[in-house]
Amino acid sequence: MKRRDFIQLAGMGAGALMLPVSSLANTITAEELLIPGLDVSQKKRLADVGLNTARTNGATYADVRIGRYLNQFVITRENKVQSVRNTESYGVGIRVIANGTWGFAATNEVTPDGIKKATERAVTIAKANSKFQKEPVKLAAEKGYGEVSWKTPIQKNGFEVPIKEKADLLLNANAKAMEKGASFINSIMFLVNEQKYFASTEGSYIDQDIHRTWPNFQVTMIDKASGQFKTRSAFSAPVGMGYEYLDGKAQDKIQGPGGITLYNKSYDIIEDATFAAEQAKQMISAKSVEPGKYDLVLEPSHLWLTIHESVGHPLELDRVLGYEANYAGTSFATLDKLQSKTFQYGSKAVNFVADKIQPGSLGAVGYDDEGVKTKQWDLVKDGVLVNYQAIRDQVHILGQGESHGCCYSQSWRDVQFQRMANVSLQPGKAQLTPDQMIAGVEKGIYIVKDGSFSIDQQRYNFQFGGVLFFEIKNGKIAGMLKDVAYQSNTQEFWNSCVQVCDDRDYRMNGAFNDGKGQPAQSNAVSHGSATARFNGVNVINTGRTL
Amino acid sequence: MAIFSKEESKKILEKVIAFSKADACEVNLNGTNGGNIRYARNSVSTAGENSDVTLIVQSNFGKKSGVATINEFDDASLEKVVRRSEELAKLAPENPEFMEPLPQQTYGESKTYFESTAKITPEYRAQAAANSINPAIAKDVTAAGFLEDNYSFASMMNTKGLFAYNQSTGVNFTVTMRSNDGTGSGWVTRSFNDVNKLDTAEASRIAIDKALQSRQAKAIEPGKYTVILEPAASAELIRNMLFNMNARQADEGRSFLAKKGGGTKMGEKIMDERVTIYTDPFNLDVPASPWSGDGQARKKMDIIKNGTVANMFYDRYWASNKNVAPVPFPGNAIMEGGNASLEDLIKDTKKGILVTRFWYIRAVDPQTQLYTGLTRDATFFVENGKVKHPIKNFRFNESPVIMLNNVETLGKQVRVDVDGGPGGGASFLIPYMKLRDFTFTSLSDAV
Repeated sequence: MKRRDFIQLAGMGAGALMLPVSSLANTITAEELLIPGLDVSQKKRLADVGLNTARTNGATYADVRIGRYLNQFVITRENKVQSVRNTESYGVGIRVIANGTWGFAATNEVTPDGIKKATERAVTIAKANSKFQKEPVKLAAEKGYGEVSWKTPIQKNGFEVPIKEKADLLLNANAKAMEKGASFINSIMFLVNEQKYFASTEGSYIDQDIHRTWPNFQVTMIDKASGQFKTRSAFSAPVGMGYEYLDGKAQDKIQGPGGITLYNKSYDIIEDATFAAEQAKQMISAKSVEPGKYDLVLEPSHLWLTIHESVGHPLELDRVLGYEANYAGTSFATLDKLQSKTFQYGSKAVNFVADKIQPGSLGAVGYDDEGVKTKQWDLVKDGVLVNYQAIRDQVHILGQGESHGCCYSQSWRDVQFQRMANVSLQPGKAQLTPDQMIAGVEKGIYIVKDGSFSIDQQRYNFQFGGVLFFEIKNGKIAGMLKDVAYQSNTQEFWNSCVQVCDDRDYRMNGAFNDGKGQPAQSNAVSHGSATARFNGVNVINTGRTL
Repeated sequence: MAIFSKEESKKILEKVIAFSKADACEVNLNGTNGGNIRYARNSVSTAGENSDVTLIVQSNFGKKSGVATINEFDDASLEKVVRRSEELAKLAPENPEFMEPLPQQTYGESKTYFESTAKITPEYRAQAAANSINPAIAKDVTAAGFLEDNYSFASMMNTKGLFAYNQSTGVNFTVTMRSNDGTGSGWVTRSFNDVNKLDTAEASRIAIDKALQSRQAKAIEPGKYTVILEPAASAELIRNMLFNMNARQADEGRSFLAKKGGGTKMGEKIMDERVTIYTDPFNLDVPASPWSGDGQARKKMDIIKNGTVANMFYDRYWASNKNVAPVPFPGNAIMEGGNASLEDLIKDTKKGILVTRFWYIRAVDPQTQLYTGLTRDATFFVENGKVKHPIKNFRFNESPVIMLNNVETLGKQVRVDVDGGPGGGASFLIPYMKLRDFTFTSLSDAV
C-alpha cells in the first residue's frame, strides 16, 4: 500500500463501525491478502497428522479443514472513507467420530503438534458425549476424490484492485447521491476469499479457492419539516464473482416497470446511487397504503428473500428432524408430507431447484465442507414437495444413499453442518415479461428489493416489507406507495402464485450472512427467480405515530 | 494458555508500548476459552471447545492512525506488530474524527469472574445436558438445548499511561421442550456469570411443564390485547430500542429520538413515568466490565428516568463535536420493576395473553421503532385472574416506545441475556410486565 493510494481520501475512522467479521480475525495489510498460503503438499502433510492421530486414538472417521479466511472492507460515508480493513483468520478444525459420536476441536496452531493436540481433544469430547448418545452417527457412503482442487471462476480478483480504486468508486457513488439531494449515504465494499483445504479418512484431499463480492449502500433522505426519514438500499446483489461484478455493463441493465433500473450479472453503483437519491425523496411523499387484499407482483431482488425464508429454510432436513428446534426452529414440511408424494407446496407454476453449482451464485463450490461433490436437485416439482436438503449423516433418514452436498462451516474454528444450498424458483415456460404481467393486474402492488422480514419457527406465517412499492391499477403503474408489508402463510402464498415470467427475467440475489446453529454461524446463499405474481395477498399498513 | 493474568498482560503490554515510536499507541490484549454442548432429539448433536488470544495495536501520527493485530507473543512478533501498525498509520489519510488515547482512568471493581465457570469441563457439559434430557424422556417430551460457557480476559494500555484489565466468565443455557404429539412447546433461558447458580434440571422442568400445558392450543382472533410479558419476551424489544439511542443518529435526524423540525427528544418524556432504565456495571445480578472497549470508565447512569430520555450515547468524537461529555455504550441495562410475581399479575388480569417469549423480531420502521415478530413456545389466554387455556401463536407489530407508554403493572425482575450471553450479547435485568393494547396482527399455526 502506497501513500498515494489514499490521496483524496478525507478520513478513516477505524473501529467505530460494527464489522461482520470475527473479532478473532487478524488485521493485515492489503498486500498480505495476496500472499499465497501454505502450498498443497504442506497442507496434506499437516492434514495427515490429524487423520493419523484420530485413527490412533480410536476414531472411526475424521476430517481436517485447514482454512485461511480473508476479508476486505472499504467503508465510506458521504465524502469520507471511514474504514479500510483487511482481515485474515487462519487455523484448523478437526472433526471425528468416536464411539459413534461426533467430536470437534479447532486451533490456530497450524503445526503438527497443534493439530495432534486438537485432534486428541476432539476425540476426548466425542467419547465424553458418547455416554449420552442415543442415535449413533450413520454416514452415507462417499468416495475419496484423491488430490483435487476447485476455484470460483472469477475474471478479476477484487483483492488485486487497489484500495484507492474501490474507495474512489464508493466516494463517486456517494457524491452522485449527495448531488441529487440525499441527506446521508453510507456505502461499503465487502470482499471475501475462503482458501479451504479439506482432508478426510475417506481419502479426499480437496483444495478450494472461493471468492465473494458485495457492494452495498444506504441512501437516507430526511424531510426536516415533517421529521420523516426514509432509506433506499442499493439494488446490487452479493455474488460469487470477482470484481468484474462492478463493471456495470449495458447488457446487464434492465428497464423495469415504474421507470426503475435493475441489474443482472454486473452492477453500476454510481448510476444506482443517483437513482436511489431520487427515489428516496419520492418514498417520503408516497401515498400510505390502504390495507387489504392485493395481487402482488414481486421482482427477483425482492422475491429471493421470501424464497429463502419460506422455501429454503423449511426444506432443510435438520430443521424438519428437530435438530434446530432450540434455535431456528423446526418445519411445517414434515416427512409425512414428502412421503405422501402429493403435498401441494405451491401451484403447478411453482418449481424449486436446489444447487451448489450455479455460476455466480454465493453457494457455488466444487465440494462441500465434508468432501461431497456438489450438484443440483429438485425440491418442489410442479408444485409438489419432492425432496429436502440433507448431508452425509442425514440422508439415510430419507432412504437416500447419497448426500446432497450442502455441508458448510463459516470458518476453521466452527464445526460444519447442514446449511442451505442455493434454492431458486424456476422461470415460467411461457413467454412473459414483467410489463405484460402487470398489464393483467387490476388491483395490485409491484414490490422491488427486500426489506423487513420475519417468519415463525415452523415457517407458516410470514411478513415481508420491501424498498420500493408501486400501486398497480387496471394494468398500469399508478404511483409509489409506502408503509407496505404483506402477511401470508407459506403454503397459501405459493399456491396463490399464478404466473412466473420467463427466463429472460431470471436473476439471482442472496444472503451474505444467513445465520443458523448454536453457536450461530453465517452462510452465503443465492436465490434466483423471475418476476412472479401472487393473487389476493393480505397487505397491512405499517405507519405509526409516536 | 488463552487467559493471561493481570500481571502477565501488563508485562506483555509494557513490552509492546516500549517498542512504540509513534506519537501515541494504544494496545488491547484479549483472550477467551470457550466451550459448548448442543443436543436435539434427546441426544447430544455437537460439542466443542475453542480458545484464542489477540493483540491489537493502534498507532497514530497526528490524526493518522493504523491498526494491526497478531496472536503470537515473543519479542520479535510484538515488535513486528507495532512496526506494522506504524507503517499503516503513516500510509493512512488524516482522520478528522480521530481521538487521542485517554489518560489513566479510575475504574470500579465489577464481580464478573467466577472460578466455578472458568473450570467447566466437557464432562460437566455432558452431565448438564443429561440432566435436561433424562426428565424430558420421562415425560414423553423431546429436548433440544444448548449450553455455552466462556472464560475471557480483556486488557489495554496506552502511551498516555492508561492500563485496564478485566476477567469475566459466563454461562448461557437454553432449552426447547416439544411434546411428542407435536402440539406443545416450552422454552427456558438462563444466564449467569457463576455456573453454580445454574441448574439445568430445574430449568428443564419449567420448559417441560410449558410444553405439556401448551398442547392443543386454541385459535383466538388477532387484535389489541392486554399482555403479560415474561422478561425473556420483552428483553429483545427493549434492547433494540436502547441500541437506537445513539446521539449522533438523533442529531442527524435519523432516529426515533429526532424531532420534527430538528433537535432531539433528550429530556423529553417519551413513555410511562413508571419506566426507568439505567445501566450499572457493578450490579451483582448482571455484572459488566467496568470499562468500555476504548478505555472509558463505565458507571451507574440513567438512560430513561421516569419515562424521560435521560441520556443518549455519545462516542468521544461526537461528544467533542457537540461539546458534551462522552457517554460510552453500556455493558448492561436494568429496568426497574415492582414486587408483583407472575402469579400476582395473572391474578389481577380480567382478560389477557401470557407470553413466554417473542421470536424472529425484525425492524419494520426505524422511525417509530416498529418491530414485527411472533410469540413462541407456550402462549396462554388469561381470563378472570386465571390461565384458561393455551392459544395459537400470534404475529405482532408493535413499538417498544408505544408499548412502554401502555404500562399497567411492572413486576419482579429477572436476568435475561440477549444474543447468547457470554461473548456475544449483553445482560439485562427486566421485570415481568403487564401492558395494555399490544398489537397482534395475524395468527400462526406454528408450534
